[in-house]
Amino acid sequence: MAPYLLRRFAFLLVSLVLASVVLFVLLRMLPGDPANALTSVGASPEQIAAARHSIGSDRPLPEQFTHWIGQLATGDLGTSFVSSLPVGPEVGSRLNVTVPLTLAAFLLAVLIAVPAGFVAAYKRHTWYGALLSGASQLGIAVPVFWLGMILVAVFALNAGWLPAGGFPPDGWDQPGEAVRSLVLPVVTIALVMSASLIRYVRSATLDVLGSDYLRTARALGSSFGRAMWRHGLRNASVPVVSVLGIELASTLLGAVVVESVYALPGLGSMLATGIAQHDYPVIQGVLFVSTLAVLLIGFAADLVQRIIDPRLRGRLSGGAP
Amino acid sequence: MSIKKTSLFGTATTAVLAVTLTACGGGSGGTGASGGSYDKDATVNIGSLYEPQNLDNTAGGGQGVTEALNGNVYEGLFRLTDDGKIEKLLAQDYKVSGDGLTYTFTLRDGVKFHSGKTLTSEDVKYSLEKVLAEDSQSARKSNLEVVKDIATPDARTVKVTLSQKSISFVYNLSYVWIINSEAKNLKTTEDGTGPYELNKWTRGSALSLDRFSGYWGDAAANKQVVFHYYKDATALNNALLTNAVDVVTSEQSPDALDQFKNNQNYKVNDGNSTTKLLLAFNDRAKPFTDVKVRQAVSSAIDDKKLLESVWGGYGKLIGSMVPPTDPWYEDLTGVNAYDVARAKKLLKEAGYEDGFTFTLDTPNYDPHPTAATFIKSQLAKVGITVKINTITADEWYTKVYKNRDFTATLQEHVNDRDLVWYGNPDFYWGYDNKQVTKWVEQAEQASSTAEQTELLKKVNRKTAEDAASDWLYLYPQIVVANSKLSGYPLNGLNSQFFAYDIKKEG
Repeated sequence: MAPYLLRRFAFLLVSLVLASVVLFVLLRMLPGDPANALTSVGASPEQIAAARHSIGSDRPLPEQFTHWIGQLATGDLGTSFVSSLPVGPEVGSRLNVTVPLTLAAFLLAVLIAVPAGFVAAYKRHTWYGALLSGASQLGIAVPVFWLGMILVAVFALNAGWLPAGGFPPDGWDQPGEAVRSLVLPVVTIALVMSASLIRYVRSATLDVLGSDYLRTARALGSSFGRAMWRHGLRNASVPVVSVLGIELASTLLGAVVVESVYALPGLGSMLATGIAQHDYPVIQGVLFVSTLAVLLIGFAADLVQRIIDPRLRGRLSGGAP
Repeated sequence: MSIKKTSLFGTATTAVLAVTLTACGGGSGGTGASGGSYDKDATVNIGSLYEPQNLDNTAGGGQGVTEALNGNVYEGLFRLTDDGKIEKLLAQDYKVSGDGLTYTFTLRDGVKFHSGKTLTSEDVKYSLEKVLAEDSQSARKSNLEVVKDIATPDARTVKVTLSQKSISFVYNLSYVWIINSEAKNLKTTEDGTGPYELNKWTRGSALSLDRFSGYWGDAAANKQVVFHYYKDATALNNALLTNAVDVVTSEQSPDALDQFKNNQNYKVNDGNSTTKLLLAFNDRAKPFTDVKVRQAVSSAIDDKKLLESVWGGYGKLIGSMVPPTDPWYEDLTGVNAYDVARAKKLLKEAGYEDGFTFTLDTPNYDPHPTAATFIKSQLAKVGITVKINTITADEWYTKVYKNRDFTATLQEHVNDRDLVWYGNPDFYWGYDNKQVTKWVEQAEQASSTAEQTELLKKVNRKTAEDAASDWLYLYPQIVVANSKLSGYPLNGLNSQFFAYDIKKEG
């Protein structure tokens, strides 16, 4: 296991470096000039040049890049062009919203999708099995913001049970209010996420149900429950875990829509503002942190798969066998 | 949703334009009806779409910092009242020398900063210099560059010498925050003299202000105000509907107003804004070099119908760059008014009987695309073909504003008193009339406001007759509030939102 971990870790580092190069270059290819955001409309060419100089966007790209990487190595995400405040602490405070939001939604989605997907497969010939399957298909088609607006209309505007949006100014120092303000966003993400997860769990279960080893186990006298528990679950979970990893990562990045609908001060809304203002350090900082998170999630998913399935242990990275 | 994203982007530019395209601006709390009994220790929750970038208005704090801190946390030597008049604030008195070049200000006695330090003339000097500094991003910097020297003969006297006469000097001073000269970290903290001090700013979320116990004037009518920031207009309206906020500073989605209009728990206030939607011709580019063509286009567009379709019953028609709150306002809606027959006649006289084709550079956020489509259909009736070219705010800035590479464009101009830009032939729209330029210069050098007003009225009439641009309409300024609230500003000109008179029923 140790050599694997080393190799896998090296792979992660290389991916991170490559990702940061791509990120940096793509950003600089966007049309527009961040100095525009810094100067007022009546600014003279000298003022604009001064603004460029002060944020360093007049220096050659390779120099800007090495400067950025150098900062990153010391854990410094740089300073925003627009607010001239450091990016790192703000990313940190935004993570206090986005991480609990994503993890809770993910957990809830798994709790919904695993049993529902199993039932949809095992009872596929009953009306409720078909209904679950159909509902999940419909769920995939539902846009997140629409679902969010419906939930707000029902549970916040009409029933008044939960806040329609926002996050307490004191954050987690007001734990009750913080949790209440995250309930609807969590449910919104979880419902949409579970819709696609149900499809994966269902098809993985179907594969298992039709497998030879399950039939053999039953023939040898194992009860259905026991055979599923010992053989079925383990085999079905390998592809599901790899999908889970991807889903978790995309939720982290896709939180921007939900954060906007629910007015949450998360990473997504920070990214949206940064992009609108050409604030490269903010965009780079947010994307770098998310990229790191996505790579770590992939790493974790790989590890879990190898623990579940010994057959994978010769491979560096992988999805289903 | 899509409305939100565009307005998010739009906001960024608006903030930039807001700050600069003006010569001045302002408006102070025109207050709503005063409530009977109210809670002196209430917390007022204010919902806004404009979060500050940072807390320093000379370092690109943007529209949001003006809204939250102007008059609430920071005060100037002067303040602008709701009807656009100047009122002494930290200046107790002032004298102007006979040649109009030296201003001597006497500071109010006993004014304390939130840190406890007493206000002195040194702080005023420091604050003015901060606005004029090399790296200052203040919108007032160019207006205040007439300042030649600032002297402080004693702790309560400031003597400012100008390089040339400037009738707007005192007016411009109302935008200069007086800051403690020893204060540090002004991007995230503050040290002003206003009725509130900063409690906490949670970026991306909220900014709270507490009543300052050492305030020199009348204490604020509430104990705390919290500005809650939203990116999405729907989310903001939902917050008002669920009482998470008590008032929305500026309603940007007219569709949402019905849910408040028909509900006695809310009050929809229709105030005066200074934001004008312009069809700006490039007066240097053919065919708009010809005044008859500009007049024809202005006459061919039914502004009333456009306003109706964008804002329902809200907003006003204007016939020039001057909104009703500017001192030199005159109703010029009759000049180049909607008249298709006249438009056709003018086109014929200009030699465009068969019409022509032009490209309209249209910013991609509301309401510009709607207006562009409307203009296209209107002009088609007089034989003019419009090609709509949709661009981002950033492209607008580079292509239209800086490079002047356009024939016609749409843009909102948010500030008051910005008529004077027609006196600058180098401005993006390229209106070049020697007489107008001279009038604008003379107006700034005027010895009295009456003289200034008279000259600018001439500018107003001349630019309107020349159809220098086509002023489509004046935006409404809509403040929606819980009925329990009173005393909030109705006009919020130039984004100010004074909170100290807001009373909340107990």
